[in-house]
Amino acid sequence: MTAVEQKNKSAITLKGSSQIICEYLDYGINSILYQRGLYPPESFKTTENYGLTILMSQDNKIKEFLSTTLNQLKEWLVQRIVTKVALVITNVKTVEVMERWDFIVEYEGDTSQGNEQTSSKPLKQIKNEIRDVLKQIASSVAYLPLLDCLCSFDIQIYTKNDVVLPDEWADAQPANVKNAQSVKMRSFSTNIHKMETVVIYKNDE
Amino acid sequence: MAQFRYVNELNSLLNVDGPITKGPTPRWQRKGIENNTSSTNLSLNSSKHRSNSSINNSKTPTKSSGGADVIRSKKTPGKTPSKSKSPGRSTTPTPNKANANKTPGGGDRFIPSRSATNFDLGHFKIVQNDENDSPNKQDLQRAMCENLHGNDIQNQRILSYQKKAPAAPEGFQNPMRVLYTQAKTPASARACNRYIPQAPDRILDAPDIIDDYYLNLMDWGANNILAAALGSHVYLWNAGTGKIEELLEMTGNDYICSLAWIQEGDYLAVGTTSGTTELWDCSKNKRLRIMDGHSARIGSLSWNSYILTSGSRSGQIIHHDVRQREHIVSTLSGHTQEVCGLKWSTDGRFLASGGNDNVLNIWPAVSNGHHTQNQPLFSFTAHQAAVKALAWCPWQPQILASGGGTADRHIRLWNINTGSCANAIDTKSQVCGLLWSTNYKELISGHGFANNQLIIWKYPGMTKVTELTGHTARVLHLAMSPDGSTVLSAGADETLRLWKCFVKNPVKIKEDKTKSKPSVLNTCIR
Repeated sequence: MTAVEQKNKSAITLKGSSQIICEYLDYGINSILYQRGLYPPESFKTTENYGLTILMSQDNKIKEFLSTTLNQLKEWLVQRIVTKVALVITNVKTVEVMERWDFIVEYEGDTSQGNEQTSSKPLKQIKNEIRDVLKQIASSVAYLPLLDCLCSFDIQIYTKNDVVLPDEWADAQPANVKNAQSVKMRSFSTNIHKMETVVIYKNDE
Repeated sequence: MAQFRYVNELNSLLNVDGPITKGPTPRWQRKGIENNTSSTNLSLNSSKHRSNSSINNSKTPTKSSGGADVIRSKKTPGKTPSKSKSPGRSTTPTPNKANANKTPGGGDRFIPSRSATNFDLGHFKIVQNDENDSPNKQDLQRAMCENLHGNDIQNQRILSYQKKAPAAPEGFQNPMRVLYTQAKTPASARACNRYIPQAPDRILDAPDIIDDYYLNLMDWGANNILAAALGSHVYLWNAGTGKIEELLEMTGNDYICSLAWIQEGDYLAVGTTSGTTELWDCSKNKRLRIMDGHSARIGSLSWNSYILTSGSRSGQIIHHDVRQREHIVSTLSGHTQEVCGLKWSTDGRFLASGGNDNVLNIWPAVSNGHHTQNQPLFSFTAHQAAVKALAWCPWQPQILASGGGTADRHIRLWNINTGSCANAIDTKSQVCGLLWSTNYKELISGHGFANNQLIIWKYPGMTKVTELTGHTARVLHLAMSPDGSTVLSAGADETLRLWKCFVKNPVKIKEDKTKSKPSVLNTCIR
């Protein structure tokens, strides 16, 4: 929870909402990395949040990558220039895109208020909505195909054209899954940001 | 002319999915060559000319002089149509024309005038597809792009952080493989010191058993009668005599969702799709009462003395006092989704409930009654999937074993006195059922894909004693005979298998008997 939120408990600010989105992505992406078996399960530790037990990676490099990316994303979310965040899972050897998780961002409410925009949606309700999505992510292993190769992941942020590129960031090519099949998860909203989660995977049949 | 052909060649080399140029030459090329050599017989000589033309074609790319022209012509394809007219062709009369002259009136055949057609330019225009897309195609591409990426690709950027996260260490294998493959994991090396038959003692048919993880369709009562719900029917199988009788049949589309025998006696509780719980006296095959209260199907039932606890798809748990007219004692709402596991502890002090919301709740009993308080004592969220398999340890009443579904695959042992998870084992398959042995310090678990096996675990070390395989689809339910010797597993393959895996050691029983007797015998001898 940010300091802003605590100051004004009944309302969620634009910054606070961005924080909620990034927090969700952090837990969601870690959960995907664990559930899809990208990294050894020993490198994950359990954490409690949203009334769930979520496995978080303890690998320092992964943690650093995620925190840098998500912190940058938070800034862009405040500026309302992000349209989508994509978690791309690629085969290390063939560089083929195996799976993509799309986190689609929509901006809700009265955006004309700029940075002063607030939402009165109770935090508890938002967390419950997030919990339901995270549960769906965890149970997705039941239908997703096995990633039977060494895989790595990358995070691509789809932004509007007018963005100042920070250091160590670069343009990337869109990652498309061949013969794709997609499943939409539940969505949640802070009344400032709305997030939709979709998994796109390779259909072998 | 030459430069167009060169560009065509280049494009066709770069375009893997473009039109085939390596194979037989296109008809229009053949035609041109035939015309140049002014042959009149088309069909007979065509094969010879084809070989000629292919040689010509293969030579053209080596020409280096056309290079600059190529680039220029690529940029301005529309400006040079007049140049591309083949000079040789226009002069020689085509055989088609001759034919047309021979058949006055023309018939209904359309005979194109090939001399006026710029094949080279046409081919070039078709192959060169970048900038000359029709407006319709561009619109389509943009629409597809918007669908795929959620935004117009022209107006957005895709950014990524350049210091990538590392890949998993080399040689690492996806642990989720267990969910998809049939690799058999060997049992622990330490052999058990008793004989466990690897094949089932008996196999019974269970046609129309509902393959639903969230139901509880088998219960083996203290009266040694197994109650089994198959679709809309409930059958009673007397394990002593082998007699089978039908207890009831539901009407319409309703089916049975759960069964539970009272701890002592012949009363059977039946949970239905309509949300009612029926109470049956099986000695008289008579329904005693119907209890409502739930809005959705009742997937789990558990008895504690005169209290019958029922868990519903709505997530609600209701305590029914079966003796009273107003049977609802209290309603618990600790789950947000279907309650699929419900078990009272052996001493009746705690109720464990597991739901499809991945939550395991422990409810403490009220001090002077058999129902529970309205707030859970503990709410465990450690499971990553639905919690169906629940079993309380018969000799340590504070120990609870719980198993999770496909996304979780763990058996967890909980100490309810401290509220801590004493042990957790990854079973590599969904846990559908759990039972403690009353004869050995062991527990048995029923699993789903990939091996559909039963695993016997040693407590408390949780080492594998053995695996019992045989089911061809997942094991849905487990039940144990009252003497604790036999375990029944109900599979989605519509069979019930009886495993005599916990038979007491006959030597030990004898020893126990002789141990108690010697004192008497000894005194007799003396």
